[in-house]
Amino acid sequence: MSFFSALIVAVLFSVGVYLLLQRTLSRIILGLALMGHSANLLLMVVGGRAGKAPIGGAFGPEDTVADPLPQALALTAIVISFGVISFLLAIAYRSWVLTQNDEVEDDVEDARIAQLGEAEMRRWWSRPR
Amino acid sequence: MFVLILAFGCVAAVLPVLASRIGRGVFYVAAAVPAAAFIWGVGAYGQISDSAPLIEQAAWVPQLGLTLGLRFDGFAFLMLSLVAGIGVLVFLYAGSYFHAEPIIGRFAATLLLFSGSMVGLVLADNLLALFLFWELTSITSYLLISIEDEKTAARSGAMQALLITGMGGLAMLGGFVLLGEAAGTYSMAELLERPPSGSVVNVALLLVLIGAFTKSAQVPFHSWLPRAMNAPTPVSSYLHSATMVTAGVYLVARFTPAFADYSVWRPLVISFGLASMLIGAYRSLRQHDLKLLLAYGTISQLGLMMLLFGVGTKESIFAGCTLLLAHGIFKAALFMLVGIIDHQSKTRDLRKLDRLGAQWPVVTATAGVVAASMAGIPPLFGFLAKEEALGALGETGFAWGVPVLIGVVIGSSLTVAYSARFVWGAFGPRPVSMIPHQGFVRNEAVGQQVPKPSKMFLAPVFVLAVLTLLFGLFPSLIDPVIARAYASLVGVRAEHHLALWHGFTQALALSAVAIGAGFALFSWRLRVEKLQDSMPQVPSAQRGYDRTVKGLLEGADAVTGFVQHGSLPIYLGVILLTMIVLPGIPLLSDGVMPDLWFADSPMQVVVGLIMIVCACAAAVARRRFAAVLLVGAVGYGMAALFVIQGAPDLAITQLLIETLGVGVFVLAFRHLPADFVRSKFRRSQGVQIAIALLAGVFVFLFTLFAIGARTEPSISGEYLDKAYSEAGGNNVVNVIVVDFRGFDTMGEIVVLAVAALGVAALVRAKRSPAEVEP
Repeated sequence: MSFFSALIVAVLFSVGVYLLLQRTLSRIILGLALMGHSANLLLMVVGGRAGKAPIGGAFGPEDTVADPLPQALALTAIVISFGVISFLLAIAYRSWVLTQNDEVEDDVEDARIAQLGEAEMRRWWSRPR
Repeated sequence: MFVLILAFGCVAAVLPVLASRIGRGVFYVAAAVPAAAFIWGVGAYGQISDSAPLIEQAAWVPQLGLTLGLRFDGFAFLMLSLVAGIGVLVFLYAGSYFHAEPIIGRFAATLLLFSGSMVGLVLADNLLALFLFWELTSITSYLLISIEDEKTAARSGAMQALLITGMGGLAMLGGFVLLGEAAGTYSMAELLERPPSGSVVNVALLLVLIGAFTKSAQVPFHSWLPRAMNAPTPVSSYLHSATMVTAGVYLVARFTPAFADYSVWRPLVISFGLASMLIGAYRSLRQHDLKLLLAYGTISQLGLMMLLFGVGTKESIFAGCTLLLAHGIFKAALFMLVGIIDHQSKTRDLRKLDRLGAQWPVVTATAGVVAASMAGIPPLFGFLAKEEALGALGETGFAWGVPVLIGVVIGSSLTVAYSARFVWGAFGPRPVSMIPHQGFVRNEAVGQQVPKPSKMFLAPVFVLAVLTLLFGLFPSLIDPVIARAYASLVGVRAEHHLALWHGFTQALALSAVAIGAGFALFSWRLRVEKLQDSMPQVPSAQRGYDRTVKGLLEGADAVTGFVQHGSLPIYLGVILLTMIVLPGIPLLSDGVMPDLWFADSPMQVVVGLIMIVCACAAAVARRRFAAVLLVGAVGYGMAALFVIQGAPDLAITQLLIETLGVGVFVLAFRHLPADFVRSKFRRSQGVQIAIALLAGVFVFLFTLFAIGARTEPSISGEYLDKAYSEAGGNNVVNVIVVDFRGFDTMGEIVVLAVAALGVAALVRAKRSPAEVEP
């Protein structure tokens, strides 16, 4: 298999992860889009080597034909990731309308639990033994 | 036997309803059930012999090969008569102890369930059924201890009992499963007949012993027993004598003939038993609450029973059976006496009680007899048991026999001392303790006139006192029962018989020493108390328990706070790292590298490089639309790669979707500021890059190994052959999507529809809830 296609898969995924870890909602969605591309490409690359399109009449008996099954799966995946991204964008839009803020804040409830836990932890360690 | 156990549950179910009509009469109704069990036991006792027990089997979960087996042999009879016999007396006693409290219906029902679980426990042959009944006694005892649920002390005491015995029960379950798997059977009789071997058995026995020690309140798991004293006295009386705490002893007694020679057994059982005997008795001497005094005494006596069964010689098992019965009788009676004192004089503090003896001569005499039995004074049953114990320990033949014997003699003299303290404290003429008590007044109200208990109230105590006297004077009455219990444990007929007089033996001499030393300790009680007070405070088990529970709760808070801190990037980072590390390790160790070449075509390299550059630029872009367009460019690059790969359908789809996608991005972002906000969380950028790089490396390796992992040819050959002949299409990918795998496409359409609905709803929603209202 070609080294270079694996490299593309890896770079797309890596950049996707980096964007996913950001605080800006739009960058997170862009990151997800890149990870989706990476996954689709992975399906293709893993599915088999490149070849003639699997269309009757487009290949002769001696030609290598690209595997149609991963293509079908990737086709489904492309469309579904589009659906998911659209939905996320709608949420981001809604969030902007409501808060005028494109940033993912810490979960308020979780943060409160964390505070309690930290206080507990401090008491735990500073306790005379 | 099944009917018998079910009867307890069925009658218990109607008791609460009955209680609202007949008041405390329910206790007499409830007493009928253990009475029936006792009578059944006596009848069945005639049908069994030393070697042929009564067995009943029923399919439990046949799919798992689980059979619920019940087994009635000599030892089961001993236990059953203890549980049922004392049960009857406890119910009769409770009938006088309570008046018309609203809890009595619930109380009687729970007590009956408790009794029934204990009956089930001693009859069960299947280890898992035994565990089930074991846990039932834990749960019902929890309900009983906390029956007066408005009292904080009762609730926390009940919780402590449940936590400690429940923890032990879980350990025991683990032990049972290990044993059952090692032996290939969960039937206790078969297991004991052919005990498995191997190191796993020692681990299993350790776990089983933890269960037995927690249940039988052995040091250091004993703290729940004194705190269970918050229960009404009938419960204490039952729990301490015949049920619950004897369950652990019962288990050790059953296991000891088969497992005594395993390396963990004797050292553990003997050392825990001896420690419990000494510490329990020592602490008992410090108590001022009569109930607590007896509770620590129980710990001490249980320790001795553990020790006797743990030694595992024939004589010591015989002695253990005797002590089990003797202890059940005298301890139940003593608790009932404390209940009577508490009930009539409203206190059970021996510093306040004064001159009860002069007012209640008959009660005092009875208490004297029963306590003397506990102290092991002839000619009472307790003396016989103590003699057997000292005799058996004197001839173990082990090197550690002598120190253990000395320990037991010390423990026995402490027992004599606290027995004397009990009688003197409850009925004697003046306060036994010199430790000043806050607000101590020579209790005039108590000292003057305490109402005499009714005859019905005293009757159960009399019955028990008569029994302990009768069995002491005429041991041949009870000898066959103990001999049969012994025979069913050990497998051979007893050659030894109970007797009041064995001649001038070592045991007799040691008994005399113990009694003498005990009375000496008692007569110097003020000095002893002073000495105990001046001793350094050793960490008590109660404090250990409190700290453990507090630490667990605080630790849980701290962990929750640490794990659930609310930052999305950190959650994602943890998830991604897990994704990288967990599959990454086996990947690196087992992965297969495929044959590699650099690229499929020069075009691939060109397109790929453009994509990589665009992706990296999108990562660092500061302007929102620049980032969107760069990601869009990557998408078009994807289309090009699909063409190179030989997937024109994908390429077309990708082009269309990407164009649409960029449109949607623009629509969604058109109101947002042109630049990304510079995040206030910039500290963690290095970590983010590191995680991203790690993920990239992982996916790179994963891709290579996934290619190399292919072992079978693709199944698509069939699709290629049949696309035209069966589905009438030349484009195989199209045929797969709409025909061969049509349901996938169906699902995909549903996803799109749902997403579209969501998008429509979100976009059309009003700015804020306030806008909906005009």
